[in-house]
Amino acid sequence: MSQPLKLSLTRRYRFSASHRLHRDNLSEQENLRLYGKCSNAHGHGHNYLLEVTIAGPVDPATGMIANLGELDPFVEREVIEPFDYKFLNEEVPEFARDVPTTENLCREIYRRLKAFPSARVARVRIEETSKNSFEYDGDSSGAAYAAP
Amino acid sequence: MIRVTRKIEFSAAHYYHNPNFSAEENRRVFGKCNNPHGHGHNYVLEVTVAGDPDPATGMVLDLKELKDILQKEVGDRMDHRHLNYEVPELAGQIPTCENIAAVIWRLIEPKITRGKLDRVRLYESPDLFADCTAERNGAGAPEARGNR
Repeated sequence: MSQPLKLSLTRRYRFSASHRLHRDNLSEQENLRLYGKCSNAHGHGHNYLLEVTIAGPVDPATGMIANLGELDPFVEREVIEPFDYKFLNEEVPEFARDVPTTENLCREIYRRLKAFPSARVARVRIEETSKNSFEYDGDSSGAAYAAP
Repeated sequence: MIRVTRKIEFSAAHYYHNPNFSAEENRRVFGKCNNPHGHGHNYVLEVTVAGDPDPATGMVLDLKELKDILQKEVGDRMDHRHLNYEVPELAGQIPTCENIAAVIWRLIEPKITRGKLDRVRLYESPDLFADCTAERNGAGAPEARGNR
């Protein structure tokens, strides 16, 4: 019998948003030391590149893990529409509590996408810039990530 | 262990159609990919081989050998072909990214004599790719069910 194989499919999406890395419970000086120019009071923005990976059995009738005709509108509704051209700190409720670092953005996007009904969301990867990228595959430590 | 990746590009035509579906169902499930005249992509294939470098050569495998395997098994079979009609290994399957990646794994895995095939990544476009790997738990979870 041939070796069992594992398939995944990754789709790239883009959104542009502004954010500010800042913790209210720290002094301005501590924020500056910790977050540097990312704590600039007026915020700044990035062109985020989002990779969503789904995994699971390939349906022999369609040759697909899941239909992109379902994944694309789901990601659009859950992530792109609420994040694109927004100020993450003030317009995405979860970032009223958590600092919108790209680490936390990965976990929040994963949390929103894991309800995708047609396949398992195996990984979320975000390029904040062409030099920084972050990945999250839903490990158990992500269950609680509220800022202390 | 070291992972070595070699890239090859090929251009091919395909369309998606399941003869067991009605015309309407084909259009609904496959959208514009169902156009019977076909359409094409510039596919980019990344093949990763894992292993320990041979102390005598400092290499996991001879990349020239891998290049030749990819040319013979993939380039010669698929470049400037219509995947629905001209690639017997895909006969009876919808030539999706997932299915093509699995077929490529089956074609090249037995040819690799140094190192072990670790991953086949097939880009259909810069924003969509499938990854094929071996099922690691050995329990035979049928993630690639329908791919023989």
